[in-house]
Amino acid sequence: MTAPLLIAEGLRKTYPRPRRRLLRAEPPLVALEDASFAIAPGETLGIVGESGSGKTTLARLVMGFERPDAGCVRLDGQDIHALPPRALQRLRPRFQMIFQDPYGSLDPRRQVGWSIAEPLRAAGITGRTSLRDRVAEALEQVGLSAADAARYPHEFSGGQRQRIAIARAVVTRPALLVADEAVSALDVSVRAQILNLLMDLQEAMGLGLLFIGHDMAVIAALCDSILVMQEGRVVEAGPTARLITAPAHPYTRALMDAARGETLTRGAAP
Amino acid sequence: MRHRASLILGAVLVGLMAAAGLVSLAWTPWPLAEIDVLNKLAAPSAAHPLGTDGLGRDLLSRLMAGAANSLSVAAGAVLLGGGIGTGLGLLASAWGGRVEEALMRLCDLSFAFPALLFAIMLAAAFGPSLLNTGLAIAFINVPIFARVARGAANQVWVRDFVLAGRAAGRGRAAISRDHIVPNIAAPLIVQATIEIATAILAEAALSYLGLGAQPPAASWGRMLAEAQTLLWVAPMQAVWPGLCITAAVLGFGLLGDGLRDWADPRLVRRQA
Repeated sequence: MTAPLLIAEGLRKTYPRPRRRLLRAEPPLVALEDASFAIAPGETLGIVGESGSGKTTLARLVMGFERPDAGCVRLDGQDIHALPPRALQRLRPRFQMIFQDPYGSLDPRRQVGWSIAEPLRAAGITGRTSLRDRVAEALEQVGLSAADAARYPHEFSGGQRQRIAIARAVVTRPALLVADEAVSALDVSVRAQILNLLMDLQEAMGLGLLFIGHDMAVIAALCDSILVMQEGRVVEAGPTARLITAPAHPYTRALMDAARGETLTRGAAP
Repeated sequence: MRHRASLILGAVLVGLMAAAGLVSLAWTPWPLAEIDVLNKLAAPSAAHPLGTDGLGRDLLSRLMAGAANSLSVAAGAVLLGGGIGTGLGLLASAWGGRVEEALMRLCDLSFAFPALLFAIMLAAAFGPSLLNTGLAIAFINVPIFARVARGAANQVWVRDFVLAGRAAGRGRAAISRDHIVPNIAAPLIVQATIEIATAILAEAALSYLGLGAQPPAASWGRMLAEAQTLLWVAPMQAVWPGLCITAAVLGFGLLGDGLRDWADPRLVRRQA
């Protein structure tokens, strides 16, 4: 087995809750408790759970947006929360993120090409022609055209915007992509296209993918292994095949049933 | 449509005042300080369209020069104070935590102190002049803009595209410059327009009290003060500068009101 790309060890994150009484502090909200996992290069790990299960907190910790209360996140063996800011900045091109809401993840006041080039500029690539070429390449990789770089986000549909967000995430040719509910806000018809695009890119670029979602059917179709979360805890983890055929935890079974039910109703509809 | 009308009316009033002020820098119907005691308090005539003041100086010329003084001091003060305040607000928003807390409590403190009283204090300490008046008005504007900028910036900082910028590896200063400022520019421009109206009033009030423009410089507030002693003899002396102040304040107020509608992001999206 190759050395893992990303290792998360014993991650814990709590958020303070507002006091309800003057003299007694409320116990903090535990958003995440003792979460550990690893992703090998080119592997897809799915994290599934309902809202409030700590999935998004996990993504924010992995991306270094917030510090964990305990545990660590290692990318290429380096603890990203222990790195000095400059060193973390240099590591940024290696791991990128796709957000849930394609309407909020692009700056409405900036041309699409500017947004896609942002990670390159931050990495110190400033030549105008090389920026333009890389942006054009990324746009074509996600099925858009180089000419779209000069347009603004509001000129695109939700699915197209998500393609643009993916272009921005892969423009630095990262090793790891974190996708937080990346298809949940999209229409069902567009969802499959974006999922296919992600799988194609993953294959072409050898991306490690941390795919966060709540729909077991999507996760099972996409991921090599799955981590099931409930109320901030990992309740079950393992390869997709085993989890689907022999779910051990009742919550995993419930998620499976929910996904199956949805497929059934979808199949029954004309 | 109502906003469209106020935008146009405001722009026209502000444009007229600004044009009059600009022209006065190069040319006025009569030399500003030319005293003609024989012709004092003259009624409007072909030579003096609005008549003359208590020293026989042409009223129209002095009103035009007053426009230049009032508008430049008000706009300059708001730009200076607004610029510093916006910078502080951006800083507070970008760093958060104790920096933000400290800066915002400082703002609260300065809001608790009457602004005009503070300006009078400054004039007393550093001497009455148009420059000191402008500085005092600028100072008053700092916390106003700090608060508006910080509030608007905080709403932008939680957006996903800012997170994407952080994921890209950009620092707080770069994100503030490239993402926050363009997205809070609209409310700041609206605020600035409205604050200029307030600043014109403040300048007029301070000059009226003798703390702003010094004779023989022309200023609407100063002209009001000079007209006060002649109120029973020549009431029109007070009406003209009063009308100018009203028109300028109303103009900037309407302009700000109209711009607010234009800057409304919901409207921008609807057009898109």
